[in-house]
Amino acid sequence: MNRRTLLAAAAAATTLPLLPRAARAQQAQITGAGATFPRPLYERWAQAAREAIGIQLNYQSIGSGGGINQITNRTVDFGATDAPLTVEQLAERNLLQFPTVLGSIVPIVNLPGVQDSQVRLSPELLAEMFLGRVRRWNDERLVELNRDLRLPNLPVAPAYRADASGTTWGFTTYLARVSEAWRSGPGAGTSVSWPAGQGARGNEGVSNTVRNTPGAIGYVENAYAVVNRLVRVQLRNRAGTFVRAERDAFIAAAAAADWSVPNMAPDTIDLQGEKVWPITTGTYILLPTNPTAERVEASRNTMRFFDWAFREGSRAAEQLEYIPLPSEVHELVRKAWRERIRTPDGTPVWSA
Amino acid sequence: MVVLVLLGGIIVTLFVGALPAFQEFGVGFITSTEWDPVEGRERFGGFVAIFGTLISSLLAIIFAVPVAFGIAFFLTELAPLWLRRPVGTAIELLAAIPSIIYGMWGLFVLAPFVQLRIQLTFGDTLASLPLIGFLFDSVSFGGTNLFTASLVLAIMILPFIAATMRDVFEQVPPVYKESAYAVGATRWEVVRSVVLPYTRISVAGGVMLGLGRALGETMAVTFVIGNANRLPQSLFDPTNTIASVIAMEFPESLMGSLQQSALFALGFLLFVLSFLVLALSRWLLRPRLKV
Repeated sequence: MNRRTLLAAAAAATTLPLLPRAARAQQAQITGAGATFPRPLYERWAQAAREAIGIQLNYQSIGSGGGINQITNRTVDFGATDAPLTVEQLAERNLLQFPTVLGSIVPIVNLPGVQDSQVRLSPELLAEMFLGRVRRWNDERLVELNRDLRLPNLPVAPAYRADASGTTWGFTTYLARVSEAWRSGPGAGTSVSWPAGQGARGNEGVSNTVRNTPGAIGYVENAYAVVNRLVRVQLRNRAGTFVRAERDAFIAAAAAADWSVPNMAPDTIDLQGEKVWPITTGTYILLPTNPTAERVEASRNTMRFFDWAFREGSRAAEQLEYIPLPSEVHELVRKAWRERIRTPDGTPVWSA
Repeated sequence: MVVLVLLGGIIVTLFVGALPAFQEFGVGFITSTEWDPVEGRERFGGFVAIFGTLISSLLAIIFAVPVAFGIAFFLTELAPLWLRRPVGTAIELLAAIPSIIYGMWGLFVLAPFVQLRIQLTFGDTLASLPLIGFLFDSVSFGGTNLFTASLVLAIMILPFIAATMRDVFEQVPPVYKESAYAVGATRWEVVRSVVLPYTRISVAGGVMLGLGRALGETMAVTFVIGNANRLPQSLFDPTNTIASVIAMEFPESLMGSLQQSALFALGFLLFVLSFLVLALSRWLLRPRLKV
């Protein structure tokens, strides 16, 4: 099938100039709904895939919760979520879950005279700051870590996402992992009850609050921080080294995760490894394991789309600051498609 | 008739959606300040959002009514005739600005202004005042807070109140005013003892119209209120409103979850709240209707 799709793609590419109308008319439509975080990437992929394999993706970024609801009701061909479902939840809804890319979450700060990736933070201090217990930037524990910087006497002003989001899920899961006080206090979720600070809407709201407030600390998607040139921090990872929020550190995190878990949503938070950036989260696709007869074709096209994206889409992902998965993981996903997704009469939908 | 059926339908839908939350938490839902959506230990209480909604709307009314009165007074009594139309139209145009624009303006212009020019400049001085000092004493310094939200709301409801006031002030029969002038009343005395008593029902109506809009306003408030589920200790603390909690958390809540039900319950309470405000104003005005 692999070779056949390639041939078909090549054929489509060559015949396209000759028969543009006919080719367009035969385009397969698939619809998906869910997470907002991977939207820019899925849109980029959709654009490229329309030319390459003739599949037109209509993706509605309505939020992870909405995506799960819609695929549970089977009103779309696939759902997309940032916070993964558990094995039980998947079985209950007859869904298969697989990852597409990783994203990383970075703390951002606003300190006069401090440049990108200069401030060093330990996980404990990060949690204490968001708990409202480290109140000043010249707290001696902060000064201890940053001997070469002059930290100002400014109040620490935490800023967080007020809208429920996968970013908050990743960040609070990390804080709960590294701090006992956070675990028994606010806990981890797509929205939690924050003990201190200001809430803002979306990545842009948080970064705006941080930019306007000297002494603020917030967290955003790395893609957002890069594009808007926000001041990120170095974090101490589990191995004890301070890492910068850079591509190598993210790739190391993707490689360190154990992707063979049953729901294909491994723990990607605070992994072991010298170069690993500690806060990364996957983003996932939910696909029905029992498509009805009239939806089998759409199910197959969804898999063709992501199969193409795994083969050809990594560069686009990197350009948009997402972290592509290792190719072993792509193989695992294809294997799961083959084994788990069945037509009503019991034959595999994906046979490549 | 159709409207009544629709209204009833909305109430029933909201109530059915809210039922699991009401069953789980009972009356405690209204009085509890806890809002913990973390899976496995969900606790939902609406008091912070309810209180935030009421207090921000009330503050907005306090800010807006004197200004609206001034505008109406100016337009009907003081302004030269050629100025009345353009100024009146300009005020009414404020009502045509979409609320998201107010939100963006609030976040990018007003919030930094409140933060740097008001809280930073006067905050410490105001906080040391006796008795009311606590109102200004805040440890949070983000610009998005109760004060900013109320200010944005005040600007948003200003045109409604001002326009109503101006219209009703103009309807006072000239005979009444002229008689008052004839017995030697000053302009202020005329407005205070003739115009206001004559129009107070409609003025209250205009204020209620503004209050109604302030209670349900979502986007503009969400941008600038700071979205913290904590009771505000001062004007400069972030807090939350019902409409903004719903807007923030609904898209990511799972269907049939307790969180979604709690959000429905909040929506239901907002509905009841607006209804009560309207009923209360009617009831307060009733004895005076006979005058």
